Amino acid sequence: MTDAITVRNLKKEFKAYSSRSGLKGAFRDLLTRNYKIVPAVNNISFQVKQGEMVGYIGENGAGKSTTIKMLTGILTPTSGEVIVNGMNPHKDREKFVRTIGVVFGQRSQLWWDIAVQESFRLLKKVYKVTDEQYDSHMSHVIKTLDIEPLLDKPVRKLSLGQRMRCELAAALIHNPPLLFLDEPTIGLDVLVKLKIREFLKEINDKYNTTILLTTHDLSDIEALCERVVMLDEGKIIYDGALKSLKEKWGEGKEIEFQFLEDVTLNDLNRITASSEVKWEKDEKKAIFTAFAEDNDELISLLIAKVVADLKVKDIDIKETSTEEIIRNIYDRGIS
Amino acid sequence: MDKYIEMIRIRFLMMLAYRTNYYTGILIYSINIGAYYFLWSAIYGEKDAIEGMSVIQMSTYVAVAWMARAFYFNNIDREMAAEIKEGKVAVELIRPYNYLGMKTMQGLGEGIFRLFFFSVPGMVIVSFIFPLQFSADWTTWIFFAVSIVLSFFINTQINLLTGITTFFLFNNTGLIRAKRVVIDLFSGLLIPISFFPLWAQDVLKYLPFQGISYVPSMIFTNSFSNNEAIQAIIMQGIWVLILIIPIQVLWIIAKKQLIIQGG
Ligand SMILES: Nc1ncnc2c1ncn2[C@@H]1O[C@H](COP(=O)(O)OP(=O)(O)OP(=O)(O)O)[C@@H](O)[C@H]1O
Ligand SMILES: [Mg+2]
Repeated sequence: MTDAITVRNLKKEFKAYSSRSGLKGAFRDLLTRNYKIVPAVNNISFQVKQGEMVGYIGENGAGKSTTIKMLTGILTPTSGEVIVNGMNPHKDREKFVRTIGVVFGQRSQLWWDIAVQESFRLLKKVYKVTDEQYDSHMSHVIKTLDIEPLLDKPVRKLSLGQRMRCELAAALIHNPPLLFLDEPTIGLDVLVKLKIREFLKEINDKYNTTILLTTHDLSDIEALCERVVMLDEGKIIYDGALKSLKEKWGEGKEIEFQFLEDVTLNDLNRITASSEVKWEKDEKKAIFTAFAEDNDELISLLIAKVVADLKVKDIDIKETSTEEIIRNIYDRGIS
Repeated sequence: MDKYIEMIRIRFLMMLAYRTNYYTGILIYSINIGAYYFLWSAIYGEKDAIEGMSVIQMSTYVAVAWMARAFYFNNIDREMAAEIKEGKVAVELIRPYNYLGMKTMQGLGEGIFRLFFFSVPGMVIVSFIFPLQFSADWTTWIFFAVSIVLSFFINTQINLLTGITTFFLFNNTGLIRAKRVVIDLFSGLLIPISFFPLWAQDVLKYLPFQGISYVPSMIFTNSFSNNEAIQAIIMQGIWVLILIIPIQVLWIIAKKQLIIQGG
């Protein structure tokens, strides 16, 4: 197996200019400007194999987009090494960019004022896609993404979700072996999201396309990626299977109780005093939640105790969601 | 090559999408031609010729200079500035084409569109209203055709240069506006270069601007001898070659220190 992406000690620093305050400060700014060097991406290394789908996550400003810009070769790294599809993204630009597809969720790569199919036609020429290749590949893409009825509309008249599906199709015209998606599902409704996920899975299956995806919607990652790379302040703080992230950081279970009688937190604390449990009450819905370590023995004991003392209407055992795990990591750091 | 031709076609479509701009353009150009025609007629008064140009040559000069402007003029500097400021240039840089080449083609698409749907019909209409003189000599027409293509390239190259400065200056709206005024004035669009004071003519000789409007218009009005025309066209060609150098240098520097705006 060859690596689609190899990154070694990659670093990107930005100069962040700060303005001095007041009129005097403004004049001084004219002469010399204060700046701080901010590392947006700080010495990261990772590899992605051909055919992998990797979720690249992190808080706002963690450095995800900056990394993608370096991997696609539109930003020059301050230091470090990048090899993508066996090439240096900065050398041999034309050959390199033919082997990647990119979707930037926040900006359009289609021409705003002309019909979608005209953009497609231009891209087909730009990437030198033959008619046969185009017909066999794109007719399928167009059908799966359900954009046939949008093709003759100018991009500016499309809704966000409609446009995003077209963007995705546009990024795939040359059927690249590697796809970078920077927040492709931003602002989309559930149905469109599902459609896009299904589609990504399909092309990954069919063509063994490597996909590197950033998103703030963790359900995207759960649906698509076995592996996640987590970034915090420019550093990789986790790189591995999504499952082990859950096992490692999933802090126990939550058991939700609803009772037939009036119960107070005090009662519950008294009943379960002997075990390590934390109770919380959702005032509105009268749901009591017990947070306990993920230990089957302990949990069954806990339930037994509660059921023995109180009349229970409903019990629901939940694993901590990925969302919660990630939130905890963002909040407290990984250590 | 295919992709560049396709880009010209796309630009055509975009121009069609914004037809209203195009109608207001016709109006503005007609007003300009009319105003300069009357201005020059007043200046000439009873005189037969000034600086070797007759009234008829002058009105032809005015008309053809404006109609040629419709062909060579484009806003790609402003477009580039916007694309760079909004970070859209990121998308352009992940395409397997030369960004500057594509921009030039967009300008050309726009130019060809205006040539056929604006300049040619406009010239016919203007020739009914004002007394103009068209050359019967086919060499004049060939010289003019070559010259105007070179005008397009010189003007577009200057636009590319101005556009690239956005990478360094970030806010270059003022520069773009200043460039426009300089070109309209020093290219000979408003006043033929031969009407400038001698010292100014000497300076302008060493600048690329007269290759944009003065040369093709002088050729069109038969104010140049064949020899002068050939020399002027060669000068235009040399300028096209010279201007490639600063563009490439700035472009390489710009790409190195490029920072894409926005997430
Ligand atoms: N052009 C720039 N100049 C200065 N600093 C920048 C620039 N672009 C990004 N940064 C800084 O680099 C850091 C990383 O930004 P980046 O856009 O990569 O974040 P991100 O992980 O994509 O965040 P988000 O989830 O919000 O998209 C931020 O702190 C940002 O302020
Ligand atoms: Mg981002």
